[in-house]
Amino acid sequence: MATEILMPALSPTMEEGTLAKWLVKEGDEVSSGDILAEIETDKATMEFEAVDEGTVGKILIAEGTEGVKVNTPIAVLVEEGEDADAVEVSAAPAPAPEAASARDNAGQGAEKAAAAPAPAAPRAPAASAEPDWPEGTEVRQTTVREALRDAMAEEMRRDDKVYLMGEEVAEYEGAYKISQGLLDEFGAKRVIDTPITEHGFTGIAVGAAFGGLRPIVEFMTFNFAMQAMDQIINSAAKTLYMSGGQMGAPMVFRGPNGAAARVGAQHSQDYAAWYSAIPGLKVAMPYSAADAKGLLKTAIRDPNPVIFLENEILYGKSFDVPVLDDFTVPFGKAKIWREGSDVTIVSFGIGMTYAMEAADKLAEDDISAEVIDLRTLRPLDYDTVIASVRKTNRCVTVEEGFPVGAIGNHLSAYIMTNAFDYLDAPVLNCTGKDVPMPYAANLEKLALVTTEEVIDAVHAVTYR
Amino acid sequence: MATRKAAAKSNTSKDDLLKFYREMLLIRRFEEKAGQLYGMGLIGGFCHLYIGQEAVVVGLEAAAEEGDKRVTSYRDHGHMLACGMDPKGVMAELTGRESGYSQGKGGSMHMFSKERHFYGGHGIVGAQVPIGAGLAFADKYLGNDRVTFTYFGDGAANQGQVAETYNMAQLWELPVIFVIENNQYAMGTSVKRATKSPDFWERGAAYGIPGEAVDGMDVLAVKAAGEKAVAHCRAGKGPYILEIKTYRYRGHSMSDPAKYRTREEVQKMREERDAIEHVRDLLIQGKHVSEDDLKAIDKEIKEVVNEAAEFAKESPEPALDALWTDIYATEVPQQA
Repeated sequence: MATEILMPALSPTMEEGTLAKWLVKEGDEVSSGDILAEIETDKATMEFEAVDEGTVGKILIAEGTEGVKVNTPIAVLVEEGEDADAVEVSAAPAPAPEAASARDNAGQGAEKAAAAPAPAAPRAPAASAEPDWPEGTEVRQTTVREALRDAMAEEMRRDDKVYLMGEEVAEYEGAYKISQGLLDEFGAKRVIDTPITEHGFTGIAVGAAFGGLRPIVEFMTFNFAMQAMDQIINSAAKTLYMSGGQMGAPMVFRGPNGAAARVGAQHSQDYAAWYSAIPGLKVAMPYSAADAKGLLKTAIRDPNPVIFLENEILYGKSFDVPVLDDFTVPFGKAKIWREGSDVTIVSFGIGMTYAMEAADKLAEDDISAEVIDLRTLRPLDYDTVIASVRKTNRCVTVEEGFPVGAIGNHLSAYIMTNAFDYLDAPVLNCTGKDVPMPYAANLEKLALVTTEEVIDAVHAVTYR
Repeated sequence: MATRKAAAKSNTSKDDLLKFYREMLLIRRFEEKAGQLYGMGLIGGFCHLYIGQEAVVVGLEAAAEEGDKRVTSYRDHGHMLACGMDPKGVMAELTGRESGYSQGKGGSMHMFSKERHFYGGHGIVGAQVPIGAGLAFADKYLGNDRVTFTYFGDGAANQGQVAETYNMAQLWELPVIFVIENNQYAMGTSVKRATKSPDFWERGAAYGIPGEAVDGMDVLAVKAAGEKAVAHCRAGKGPYILEIKTYRYRGHSMSDPAKYRTREEVQKMREERDAIEHVRDLLIQGKHVSEDDLKAIDKEIKEVVNEAAEFAKESPEPALDALWTDIYATEVPQQA
């Protein structure tokens, strides 16, 4: 019985990869544990081992092929006497694990929009009330990952006091490959690998900021920043106030935040509401690559400590980024991705994928949703939210974090206080569930906010 | 701690001895006054007095050069006075007034002076240790030869972030002097009840950091050790640890029932080991000064402290709109 060898998923969020090199050829005998190929993901190059034994009957994907989807058959292993050519190979990739497909929103959203009937309002960014770059500017499709790297590189070229420190940021080029090429360009003085010691290196970075530098601290994920929470809150955020304005901590804390995929409770948490509660911190949480770049450049220049919350699932997504020498996005200015008249959907970060997908589907039911991406949570663009709610009279918030003390809770209270007479329905908050993140794929999907929940909430507040 | 030998002859100059006497006495009288003001309700919250430990900061400041940095915990009044901050500004911060170093918004535990390179005044035990290493990191990055004195107590020495910082400070050869002020009690917990490894300076060996224990009741010994540590750091050899054995006469804070040690123990230290008496003896026995000369200095210091107290009482409280200032910077505060 011939066995198909499928393109493996080598990281929690990998959806496709490059088949860099075959280490076996057709006709080779292999046994379990033998290295078959080198697979390059967006994070690393990894060796791929055989699980079964047999003869490599046929190689289906040539080495050097990029963009090989996870679960695509890449070779066929045959038993003695079998003819590889006789084996029928599945035409399409086997179904991806549920969790991965559920999340593949941002990229597919764009394709869907193109294929779907024209929605009630044209899709942003074209529809954005105020574009972030001049009309006619050349744009380039860029991943969030590249945009973040470009932002750091540009700012490091601009100011030699800016440096990057964190675990695996230099020689490894980032656990999520955000710092690719930075060590080569800026050297070990400015791109610094630390030991695994968040509390210590965060404190050192705070001291370096007091001492005149502009540190960028990368947390491999924000889950690990909890070990450094005291230094972030008590030392970085409060010193300007406690010193009567004499000294502060101009620095950026950045890294992936929120759920990745199938990494369980300790590695899947959205800290947006936590950090946004702290006076003295600024908090940015970009969705698109252009915002990732423009906001990170602004963050690095900001004279205050900035929490910059990225998302692992968004790293590989591509968006238009303007080709400009110095593109920045100001803090405290939301982006209207889609104008609408029936309901305001407010979100930020990866929550935007659900918000945008919901708006697309709602348009099919003739419900016109205005979608606002807050982009920064501190400062927060209340004016844009209130103006929109005055127009639509209804609001749904979307975020991945826990429901108690959520950003949506705060917005609900703010809208109630400042636009009570304009509301035709209670503000509804779509959030992650009030549970630690489970590992099982089906439960994880349940624990996260979903597009369907956003759609249901919109139906509830529009009474249709 | 061994009993100090009867004040032996010293080859320290009269000027230096007088300077040490004056500086230590200023801290003691200032702290006594702070204690009084606390009792009168003029100073609120936590107030941690430095009485007994004066030789530590005075000796180390004598080893520092202009531009060197210092950072410490919340028992910080002595450090501020020793590095040249104005007693009026410090006392006014203690009373929460506008003319305090932090404009009344920091208080006893959170005071800073960029001008004097004093980076706090940190209220969380141990948090100042990586910050001190970070200041040194900045100096090394900027290519100057400054040294950072990072002070912490025997209590903080058991904090995880101290171990983390030792590791990185040595790995990156940062010019930081870790000064462990071992006053033998972390609040009410004696060193022997907190660790089986009571020689804190030896812990540096695990990371390759040299260090030594120093008699902290002898300002001359502290200065000599400080000079050695500074030379090590300034030469680019990385960090150095000084465990300075000292003693605090007063409680951990003002609200300390002091049940963890005997009155006799405190009394014995005061009588036999007092750092100010030591220098006083050196001055008198070396025939540098007369009793009357010292009395004149005492009087002068008392006046400085009284003036600071008056200033701190008379300064206005911060304007109410100060509640909302300095939460965010609009531009990077210029670095000293």
